[in-house]
Amino acid sequence: MRLSTIILVLFGIALASFFMGRQRAVNVAGGVREIRSLHSLPGYYGYYAAIWSFLPAFILLVAWLSFADQFIISSVVSDLPLAYQTVPASEMNLVVNDIRNLAAGNIASADPKPEIIAAVDGYLSLRNSSMWILSALCLVVALAGFVFAFLRITPKQRARNNVESMVRIALVLASSVAVLTTIGIVASVLFEAIRFFEKVPVTDFLFGLTWSPQTAIRADQVGSSGAFGAVPLFAGTLLISFIAMCVAAPIGLLVAIYLAEYATKKVRKTAKPILEVLAGIPTVVYGYFAAITVAPMVRELGEFVGLEVASESALTAGLVMGVMIIPFVSSLSDDVINSVPQSLRDGSFGLGATKSETIKRVILPAALPGIVSAMLLAVSRAIGETMIVVMAAGLSAKLTVNPLEAVTTVTVQIVTLLVGDQEFDSAKTLAAFGLGLTLLLVTLVLNVIALQVVRRYREDYD
Amino acid sequence: MSASGRSPAETRKLVEAGLKKRNSSEKRFQAYGIFGVLIGMLFLAYFFATIITDGASAFFQTHVKLSVHFDPEVIDPKRTNDPAVWEKANYTKLIKASLSEIFPDVSGRRDKKALRQMVSSGAPFELQAMLEDNPRLMGQTLELWLPADDEVDMFYKGKIDRDVEESRRRVKDNQIVWIDRLAEQGRLEGKFNKTFFTSGDSRDPEMAGILGAMKGSFFMLFVTLVIAFPLGVAAAIYLEEFAPRNRWIDLLEVNINNLAAVPSIIYGLLGLSVFINFMNLPRSAPLVGGLVLALMTLPVIIIAGRSAIRAVPPSIREAALGLGASDVQTVFHHVLPLAMPGLMTGAIIGMARALGETAPLLMIGMVAFIVEVPGTPFDPSTALPVQIYLWADSPERAFVERTAAAIIVLLFFLLVMNGLAVWLRQRYERRW
Repeated sequence: MRLSTIILVLFGIALASFFMGRQRAVNVAGGVREIRSLHSLPGYYGYYAAIWSFLPAFILLVAWLSFADQFIISSVVSDLPLAYQTVPASEMNLVVNDIRNLAAGNIASADPKPEIIAAVDGYLSLRNSSMWILSALCLVVALAGFVFAFLRITPKQRARNNVESMVRIALVLASSVAVLTTIGIVASVLFEAIRFFEKVPVTDFLFGLTWSPQTAIRADQVGSSGAFGAVPLFAGTLLISFIAMCVAAPIGLLVAIYLAEYATKKVRKTAKPILEVLAGIPTVVYGYFAAITVAPMVRELGEFVGLEVASESALTAGLVMGVMIIPFVSSLSDDVINSVPQSLRDGSFGLGATKSETIKRVILPAALPGIVSAMLLAVSRAIGETMIVVMAAGLSAKLTVNPLEAVTTVTVQIVTLLVGDQEFDSAKTLAAFGLGLTLLLVTLVLNVIALQVVRRYREDYD
Repeated sequence: MSASGRSPAETRKLVEAGLKKRNSSEKRFQAYGIFGVLIGMLFLAYFFATIITDGASAFFQTHVKLSVHFDPEVIDPKRTNDPAVWEKANYTKLIKASLSEIFPDVSGRRDKKALRQMVSSGAPFELQAMLEDNPRLMGQTLELWLPADDEVDMFYKGKIDRDVEESRRRVKDNQIVWIDRLAEQGRLEGKFNKTFFTSGDSRDPEMAGILGAMKGSFFMLFVTLVIAFPLGVAAAIYLEEFAPRNRWIDLLEVNINNLAAVPSIIYGLLGLSVFINFMNLPRSAPLVGGLVLALMTLPVIIIAGRSAIRAVPPSIREAALGLGASDVQTVFHHVLPLAMPGLMTGAIIGMARALGETAPLLMIGMVAFIVEVPGTPFDPSTALPVQIYLWADSPERAFVERTAAAIIVLLFFLLVMNGLAVWLRQRYERRW
C-alpha cells in the first residue's frame, strides 16, 4: 500500500462524504423545495461530513508517519545480537544508516553481515505491516467519522457555524506557520551554535584572529588543530559590504532623486521597471557574471595601472553586489522622497530656491531618517548575500583591508563548511551554525533599527 | 532686508549675480541623476549582451558525420542476439573503424587515440541506444551525425585560437589538421544542441544537459506553490479580515516583516537541521528544497496578499453583510475572488524569486553531481540555479558557454513568470 494511494483514497472518501452529506441534508428537509427548513444551506452539511471523514484520519496518518519509523528502528535494533547492544550511540547510528540504506536498495558502507541482512529483512517486513495497519486504521477512522457526521445531520444542526469555526481555526493555524518558522530558525541555529560554543569559547570565536576550520580527522594528525577566530571573516564581510555600499548608495540615491523629482511621468514609467530588472536577476547569475566577466576586467585594469589584483578579489564581488542592490536602495529611497509633503517643496520654491537647492536643503534633510533606514536595509542585504561572494570573493581568510586581495565572508564559510559530507558532532560543521547565529543576529538588529526609524519618521508627517 | 542694510535694488543685483552659478549647479545636479540612471541601464545592457553572446553558441553543438558500420563481428561475434551482449559491446571500435576510413594515413597509437578523442565519449552510447531501438540496424552502414568532443566544438566555434602555441591549447596541431580536413569534406557542422535540453548533467560538456535541473526546479516550485500559496493566502485573510487588534497580532506582523528580510542562507540552515537531521527527509530531494523555499516565499506571499485584500473596498463587504452573509461567507464569496488577481500576482513574483534562489539549496545537499533525471520530488536532483553554480565552477572551456546558456534558460523562465504577473495585473486590476 503506497502512501499516495492512502491519501488519494482519503480524498475520495471526503469527496463522497460531501455529496452524501449534502443529499442527506436535502432528504431530511423533505426534498429540494423544503430546504428552507434547514438551518444552513445543504452544501454546508456536505462540508461538515467531508471534514469529519477526512480530518481525523489525516491527523492519524501524519502522527503515525512521524513516529512509526522510530518505533520500527528501535524494535529492529533491540532484535540485533547482543554484541550490538553495547556499542556507543555514534556507531549505532552508522548501523542504523546501513540498515536504512540497504532497505532502500542503496549500497551500504561495507559488505553487510548476515545479522544486518536479517535486520534489514525485519525492518522491511515491519515497515510493510506498519503500512497495512495504517491504511486499515485510516479507512476505519474515515468511515467512522463519516458515519458520525452523517447521523448528526438534522434540520436543526448548525452546520454552517460548525464549518465556519473550522475555517477560522484553519486560518489561525496558517498564520501561526510564520511564527513556527521563526521558532524553527532560531531554535535550529541556536542549539547547534550552543553546541559549537561548548567546544570553542565564544571569546575565541568573536575575537580570534585566525580562521582555519580544518580539524584533525585522526588523533595523530598534525598541524590541523583548527582555529575558529572569526575576525577575518567579519572583516572580509564588512569590506565587501562597504565596497558594495560605495557603489549602491550614491547611484541608488541619485536614481531615486532623479526619478522622484525630475523625470517626466513617461521616463519614470519606463526607467523604473527597467532598473527593477536588476533586482530580479538571480544572485547566482550575478556571481557568474562577476567571476567570468568582471574579475578578468578588474584584473586587466589593475595591470594597466600597475597594480596586482588577485583573480578573486573583494573589489569584484563588492562592485557586482553594489549593482545588485542599486534598485533596492533606489526604490526604498524613492518611497521616502515621495512621502515628503508637497507643502515643503512649495514653501521652498516660494522662497526662490531652485529645484536642486530644494532637494539638497529641504527634501533630503526631511527624508534623511528614511534614507538612513533604506541604507541599513541595503547593508543587511549585502551582509547576507551569498552566491556572489561564493563565486567571486574566494576562500582565503586573510585579515586585510586591501580590496584587491581575495577575502572570505561569513556566508562563504557557512557554505564551504556545510557542502559535502557532514558530521554533526565536529566543531567544523557546528562552526557554520555559530556563523549563522552571528549573521542572523546582525541582520536582525539592522532590520529592526531600520524599521523602527521608518516607523518613527512616518509618524512625523501623518 | 532692511536689517542687513541693503536696498531692494542691491539685493536684486546680488541674487542675479549668483543666478548663473545656481542655474549651472542645478543642471549639474540633474545630470548626476541622469548619470545614475544611465549607469544602471548600461550595466543591464552590457550584462545581457555578455550573457547572450557567451551562451548563444551553446545551443549549437558541432557534429561529425561518420559512416558507421554496425559490424556484427564487433558487437556480437558469437551471434547470440542477446541484448545483454549487445549492451556490453565495444561501440568505440565502430567509431574508430569509421574514423580510420576517413583518415587512412593516421597510424600509431597516440595519433589514433588523438583521432578517436575528437568524437565525443558519449557517441558510443548513442550508437548503442540506436541499435537497441532498432535491432535491424545490425550489419548496416549508416551516415550518422555524431557529437564532436567539446574541445573540437570549441575550436570549430572559434573559441580556441589556432595561433596560440601548441602547448598552451587543448587542441593539438595534428587535430587541427584533421578538423580542417573534416570541415573541407563537409563532415563538420553545428547542429541544434538537443542533448542540452534532453539529458541530465555529465562530466563531458557535449553530453551535459539541463533537463534534470529543470525537472528538479519544476518539482521544487510545485511543492513550494502547493504549500506556500494556500498558507500565505490564509494567513493574509486572517490578518486582514479576522485578526483582533492586539499586541500579539502586532508581534506577528513584525515577525512576518522580519522573516522577509532574513538572509536566504539562514533558511538553508533551518532546512538542514529541521527537515534533514530532525525529520530524516531525503537529502538532495526537491521535496526538501520545495519546503525550504516555501517557508522563504511565505512572507512575500503574505505581504503581497494583504495589500491585495486591503485593496478591495469596504463597500463590498458591507453590501454582503447587509444581505445577510456571514463574515466567512463575505470573505470567501466576495472579497477573495476580487482579490484573486492580486494574490496570484504576489504568488507568481514569490515563485519567480524562489526559482532563482541558490544558497539555501546548497545547504540541503542539492549540489551533488547527479546524472539521472529525477522522476519524482523524492529523487535526488539539482535545480537550475544550482546547475549554473556547478557548471560555472567547472574547468572545461565548453562549460562556460553552457553555463551562460543555462542562465539564458533561467532568465527566460523568470521573464515568462514576471510577464505573466504584469499581464495579470493589467488585465484584471480594478480601480475602485
